[in-house]
This record gives sequence, C-alpha cells and structure tokens, in this order.
Amino acid sequence: MPDTTTTHWSQDVFREIKARDIETVCTIPDGGLIRLLQMVEADPKMRLVTLSTEEEGMGVVTGQWLGGKRSMIAMQSSGVGNCINALGHPTTLRAPCLMLVTMRGQWGEFNPWQVPMGQAVRPCLEAVGVKCFPVDRPEEVGEVFAAAADMAYNGPLSAAVLVSQRVIGAKGFGQK
Amino acid sequence: MSTNPAMPHSTSNKIQRRPFVAELLSRRNGALIVPGLGSPTWDIFAAGDSPEYLYSWGGMGLAVPTALGLALAQPSRRVVVITGDGELLMGIGSLGVVADQAPSNLGILVLDNESFSETGRQRGLSGNRADLCAIARGFGIADTMHVTEQGDAAALADHLFTKPGPVFAVAKIAITEDPWRLPEKDGAAIARRFKIALGVAEA
Repeated sequence: MPDTTTTHWSQDVFREIKARDIETVCTIPDGGLIRLLQMVEADPKMRLVTLSTEEEGMGVVTGQWLGGKRSMIAMQSSGVGNCINALGHPTTLRAPCLMLVTMRGQWGEFNPWQVPMGQAVRPCLEAVGVKCFPVDRPEEVGEVFAAAADMAYNGPLSAAVLVSQRVIGAKGFGQK
Repeated sequence: MSTNPAMPHSTSNKIQRRPFVAELLSRRNGALIVPGLGSPTWDIFAAGDSPEYLYSWGGMGLAVPTALGLALAQPSRRVVVITGDGELLMGIGSLGVVADQAPSNLGILVLDNESFSETGRQRGLSGNRADLCAIARGFGIADTMHVTEQGDAAALADHLFTKPGPVFAVAKIAITEDPWRLPEKDGAAIARRFKIALGVAEA
C-alpha cells in the first residue's frame, strides 16, 4: 500500500509559493520539477512562463517586480550557466531574483556531460552575488525555499535554492 | 568580391533615428517604454525625460523579456520595447515566449541599422538575408510592420501604441552620428522612479 502520510518536497515548495503571493513561475523544465510545474499549471491564479533559454527569466522576473508582482524561475543546474551575465540585470536594478535549481552532475550522475556545469553552479552564482541555499534532505526543501524567498523579496536580492541530486535521484537512462 | 566584416559598411537605410524616435514618443499615449541598452536609450532620453522610460545601460538581450514581465504584471498599461537589431537577436527566442504568452498590451520596435553601432559599427546579421518581421511571424507574432521612410512614424506609432498586441515592427534606420545624450545610469534609481510613476512603490 502506498505511503500517503508523507508529502513530496514539491508540495512543500508550492505551499510556500502560494503563501508569498508568487503568481508567475518562469521555467525551462527539468525532470526534478515535474510535480511542481504541474501544480503551477493547474492553479488558475498562477501563470507558467515557458522560456526558450533561462536568462530570459532574469528579464521576466525583473519586469514583474517593476510592475509590482512577485515571480520566480525554476530550472535545471545546467541552465544556471546561461544566466550569469543576465543576473547583472536584476542586481543592477535592485530587483529580487528567486531561483529554484534542481541539480545534475552532482550525486551519482550517469551523464558526464552534466558534470562540468553541475559542479560549477555554486561558485558561478556566488561570483555574481547570488545567495545560495543548498539543500540535500527532501523534508527540508520547503523551509529552505521559504527562507531564501523571504531574503530575496525583503532584500531585494538574488537567491538560489539548490535542490541536491540526492533529493531528486540520479537519472538512470535504463542502466542497472 | 570579398568583404571585410571588420570594416564599416554602408546601407541604403534612410530613417534618421533621433527625430523618428521623438515623433513616435510624442504619440505614445501613456505607454511605458522599455528601451534596449545603448543607442535606443540615448535616442529616447534625447527626446525628453520621463519616469515612464526604463533606461538601460546593460542586459543585452533582456529588453523583450523585461517588457514581457512588465506587460503581464500590468495588463491595463501599454508596454512598448524600443531596441536595436543586435539586442533583439541576442534574445531572439524571447519572441517565442511573447507569442506563447500573447499579451495584448505589448509592442516591440526594432531600430534596425544592421550594425553594432555602439562598438564601432561592425556589420550585424540583419542586413543581408535575415528578415526580422518574418522571424517574428514565424514565432507566432502575427501582426508585424516594416517601415523604411521617415514619414512612416505616425502609422508606426498607431501600430505600436494602439493595435491589439503583441505587435512587432522593424524600422530601417540610417547609421548616423548623433550627439551623446546620457540619462541616469544608477539602475536602482531608474527602477525606483519607474515604480513610483507606475504607482507600485511609494515616493
């Protein structure tokens, strides 16, 4: 019988998103974000903005803040590399940029092409002034996200929650 | 015949950007303006200052996504991007995002001089075979306009500021030598003034 007593970390994050009136989530999807993105799409008061590349999200969240709304971006760790120059945009305008990053190339990774960027995520983000909140236990993702979100919107500043591949599970590609 | 891409090139474009942008802005009808970095920002400031202009000194490729976020946050306000060809091309996929979200209050104008004019007028990608309006339509922005004459400003303003969006336009502008007109460069100050004018922050 399936265990129905525990909640998935995505539900915890979604609850914190709703509690903070975040209405728009920008994304390039990732396997680790499937449940969260489904919850956003199913909510009639929320908007999912599918991007063509992650740095566009820095523009969209900055524009949302200029217009008086809260938004965020959810992406895979490989997308962080696409954002580095663009992160200067919210930083210079003093806009909050809240990022939820599901990690690859970090914990039991099968695909070596994911490793270089996965290993560089935190130093790259910190080099451009983004506060990083790594989390490697599923039951802590919700509260870590809440702490990062509050710092981002109260700053305003840029903050990234890095959800460990240990939480997501390494993608197997059918390998045993 | 060989061409040297490092050399300045000449085009047949005629539109003089400064008076053209000034005429457009005189017809903006309360629209919020999101300029691309560099020359479009200088053009807009040269036509007169306003807190409803989000001047930009950086973030190449982000003018359209920024305007999209703003347009979605403020559906009752018209939002118009005025940017350059190189700036647009660096974030060209954002036209797909605009088409997908389809905000009816967003207009996009490209001042196309087919050059990287801020960095030495090196040849750009829009002067040879690329058709930016066809690219926009390909992404799904159905309503596009291509203008080549100074006298097209009034019709272009109607397209950008009044027609149901998203709308897209290209104005083929000449390479010109214009006096420097540099607005505020403190991003926090620009953003704060903009938000106060919009009524989403207190003075």
